[in-house]
Amino acid sequence: MQHHSHKKEMIPVKSISTFGKYLILMYRVLARPDSLKMFFRQFMREIYQLGVNSIPIVLLISFFIGAVICIQMKLNIESAWMPKFTVGYATREILILEFSSTMMCLILSGKVGSNITSEIGTMRVTQQIDAMEIMGVNSANFLIFPKIAALITAIPTLVIFSMGAGIAGAYAIGLFTGIMIPADLTTGLQYEFSQWYVWCSIIKSLFFAFIISSVASFYGYNVEGGSVEVGKASTDSVVSCSVLILFADIILTQLLMQ
Amino acid sequence: MIEIKNISKSFGEQLVLNNVSTTFENGKTNLIIGQSGAGKTVLLKCIVGLLTPERGEVLYDKRNILKFSKKERLMLRREMGMLFQNAALFDSMSVLENVMFPLEIFSDKSYSEKLKRARFCLERVNMLDAQDKSPEELSGGMQKRAAIARAIALEPKYLFCDEPNSGLDPQTSLIIDELIHGITKEYNITTIVNTHDMNSVMGIGDHITFLAGGRLEWQGDKDGILDADNQLLNNFLYSSDLLRKVKERSKQ
Repeated sequence: MQHHSHKKEMIPVKSISTFGKYLILMYRVLARPDSLKMFFRQFMREIYQLGVNSIPIVLLISFFIGAVICIQMKLNIESAWMPKFTVGYATREILILEFSSTMMCLILSGKVGSNITSEIGTMRVTQQIDAMEIMGVNSANFLIFPKIAALITAIPTLVIFSMGAGIAGAYAIGLFTGIMIPADLTTGLQYEFSQWYVWCSIIKSLFFAFIISSVASFYGYNVEGGSVEVGKASTDSVVSCSVLILFADIILTQLLMQ
Repeated sequence: MIEIKNISKSFGEQLVLNNVSTTFENGKTNLIIGQSGAGKTVLLKCIVGLLTPERGEVLYDKRNILKFSKKERLMLRREMGMLFQNAALFDSMSVLENVMFPLEIFSDKSYSEKLKRARFCLERVNMLDAQDKSPEELSGGMQKRAAIARAIALEPKYLFCDEPNSGLDPQTSLIIDELIHGITKEYNITTIVNTHDMNSVMGIGDHITFLAGGRLEWQGDKDGILDADNQLLNNFLYSSDLLRKVKERSKQ
């Protein structure tokens, strides 16, 4: 019984300690780079690796999810009492408000987050980070800052691409399967369009991008051991990023949509 | 010159270094030898500042790094070069970019001068032909040579090598040893090599520090080591079949 309560106490202590370590790491990360030229070079490399390389998967997933949402709306909410454009309207709102920001970032936390953790984790276990520290380089700043800056820069583009691909998917399913008249779908997709919803989605994604890049880097930077630990850290980072994104989504949605 | 005075370091209850004092002189290849778990790596980490000892002093040319501010420590690190056990080349960069890395961050020279310096360092370790290769395309020995080129790029005053011959065949080990020894003499730097390779001990050991159980048990040079009367050292040395036979033959 005593052991059980002791264990219960330890969990918040460990969480607070981990959060403290994360803040200390972020303090080191968000410093002025030793060389701006090197920072810019790393930044461009990360834009390509984290942003450009994610475009195909974002387009693919968004296109199919847009099509599936359209089919589900058609099957589940269309009735004689509802205007025909409701399907297009609901599809658009789902895509813009939640899918293209939150769901897409959850998917990216798997792809980009695990990539970041395993890259930095491997550098840690192969002493590449120690080599930087010995040279007097702020390794946290050199490795992590460009990743955070790059993902925050790239994510609005990915979100907009996702919205476009999702809507294209919905339109394509309407056009090629004949489940609904494209004109009704077009009317629904344009009905009472609010630009603010797009901005909300982009603002949310900026926070999610920071969560993915910083949390994944934190897990990678603190790996101890070998390849097994790198794999475990990648899994842990994806789980933590996902939970934090969902938690942040509640707060941000509440703040932005009121 | 690096002096360590009365260094003690423990992890929890376990005392890993016990009151170790020695001096590593300029222009000499200083070896730290001992069995696994003797405290060699911990001592090297205390010297380079990756670990802080509980007691004692680490003096770099009379400057105690344990009293250095963060900024002073950072400046000192720019005077250090280090060769890691597995080379630790940055795998996202080519060999040339690896050698350019410290120059790009810390050197005020023009790009062409930095490039010239990097190529000079690669030439020195006979790796210029492999400058555009990525680390995974290199053999273990080539990786070590490239790492030496990176370590000397900023013309360090102090060079540290952690198990430089680990995982290498005897011939390649010899090349690495000769490079380290040659560079030490050429630039008159203070070199500390952490090893348990007896070929290195007999080949380049200008000054040898033997650790056992965290204590300094013996120090001297390669000429004196075979005649040392320290039992722990003899047990360590003559666990090598080759050395035992060499000694037996020399007696005959």
